[in-house]
Amino acid sequence: MQFGIFSVGDVTPDPTTGRTPTERERIKAMVAIALKAEEVGLDVFATGEHHNPPFVPSSPTTMLGYIAARTERLVLSTSTTLITTNDPVKIAEDFAMLQHLADGRVDLMMGRGNTGPVYPWFGQDIRQGINLAVENYALLHRLWREDVVDWEGKFRTPLQGFTATPRPLDGVPPFVWHGSIRSPEIAEQAAYYGDGFFHNNIFWPADHTKRMVELYRARYAHYGHGTPEQAIVGLGGQVFMRKNSQDAVREFRPYFDVAPVYGHGPSLEEFTEQTPLTVGSPQQVIEKTLSFRDYAGDYQRQLFLMDHAGLPLKTVLEQLDLLGEEVVPVLRKEFARNRPAGVPDAPTHSSLLAARKREGARA
Amino acid sequence: MRLVVVSAGLSVPSSTRLLADRLAAVAAPAATAPEPGPADVRVIELRDLAVEIAHTFTNGFPGRALSEAFEAVSGADGLIVVTPVFSASYSGLFKSFFDALSVTDPDALAGKPVLIAATGGTARHSLVLDHALRPLFSYLRAVVVPTGVYAASEDWGAEGLDGRIERAGRELATLMAGLSGTRPLPRRDSFEEVTPFEERLAALRPAG
Repeated sequence: MQFGIFSVGDVTPDPTTGRTPTERERIKAMVAIALKAEEVGLDVFATGEHHNPPFVPSSPTTMLGYIAARTERLVLSTSTTLITTNDPVKIAEDFAMLQHLADGRVDLMMGRGNTGPVYPWFGQDIRQGINLAVENYALLHRLWREDVVDWEGKFRTPLQGFTATPRPLDGVPPFVWHGSIRSPEIAEQAAYYGDGFFHNNIFWPADHTKRMVELYRARYAHYGHGTPEQAIVGLGGQVFMRKNSQDAVREFRPYFDVAPVYGHGPSLEEFTEQTPLTVGSPQQVIEKTLSFRDYAGDYQRQLFLMDHAGLPLKTVLEQLDLLGEEVVPVLRKEFARNRPAGVPDAPTHSSLLAARKREGARA
Repeated sequence: MRLVVVSAGLSVPSSTRLLADRLAAVAAPAATAPEPGPADVRVIELRDLAVEIAHTFTNGFPGRALSEAFEAVSGADGLIVVTPVFSASYSGLFKSFFDALSVTDPDALAGKPVLIAATGGTARHSLVLDHALRPLFSYLRAVVVPTGVYAASEDWGAEGLDGRIERAGRELATLMAGLSGTRPLPRRDSFEEVTPFEERLAALRPAG
């Protein structure tokens, strides 16, 4: 099982000091956080993609390429890549380029964006959101698998005899996750292709996550990719820890109370009760995270949101120390316990390459 | 037969709730007549749900008590909705309840008989029924009962209110009885009836 972090890349004033980091500081902080993730033994760093303030990460492969050059093991991913408004040709090329530079330590998560105006800003129609995700991904899928593509669709200019370059590393496309919070259509899409499905459950009650994941698992089996238990599932998480849980609550509350997403709304206690947010000791984080398996089944990737709401870099790095030293080693052991033999790990470049060679040998 | 009453009155006791109860007292037995037992009546006081309604907008999902109220509304055979008039319209709490409901379940009121009613300090606001409530429930695809009931403070001491309550309650009951056998198809559950992916792809393929 993979453990990692995902960043929204928000530039938010620290409510305890009133200080807002500059864009440069925030971008460099995201890099420092990614490097720390590798240092403390995490497996994945994923960045969001946004095209509106107060978010900085508009250009994920630029950032991930830089991180790739400064890391050895970390898998670089996105949370998410906008399949609706980016040109699928450019996604195919950007991520293939990143694959080569990062020696295959790359996957990506498809998403539809966080704000309506991103569609018109990129010349698209929000009412076509699902259709754009369907058509663009169908083209992306082909561009990574067919050397020469002739293609015609509804939303993009046709292609005649087009070859996306560079070709994917070793002829193996990056593994794709499809992220969706609300749309069963996207779970269906992930299942159709046998791709991964990531449910960013961090703001949602468990029963909603359960329904989305169950749908994806059932349809994954329907399309003949394996049993429902073999489907590739990822979940979000959101934690703030101190050794003493009262210290965690005291320190995090001012950030929670005015956080851009849920601030000025429910109390910290109500929100932690109803969603995966955990504010407390490492042991409480371990217990809450293990409980995700009760409703999502044995899964492959757990990403935590750690750097948001104006938390200073120093605090985030301390959080990552706790996550890497006290939480993830226990989670690895506990999730491995009683894990049925047929449940696969999250695909990586090397596992996909090995599978391809096996298939080649059979053929 | 299930009748749900949504009251947005804020004080206790409230004239909004009083009007709601009077309407329910007519509609509940009439909806099931000639059966001896009246329709089951469930009253939802929005005041009790005010915080969860607000949190639905800040959190993105309804809390437990509000979810339970939404289920009651969705499962009702008919609704009586009553709001005080604030600033020449329904109250913000009243609108917020139906906003939060329609985000959670856009078809919750589709084809459902709804009796609209309002209370106010003076009769000058009585057109709030037809200028504010009726368009709202038309938009939500409810079957709005022809007679709406507006009760100004003075109406509680004058002749005529009881007659309008009687007429509106009976109209609701008739619609409940008449529509209960012809309820529109239940909402398509997007989790249980997935559009097969091939269909989505095919719909985007260029013709010819």
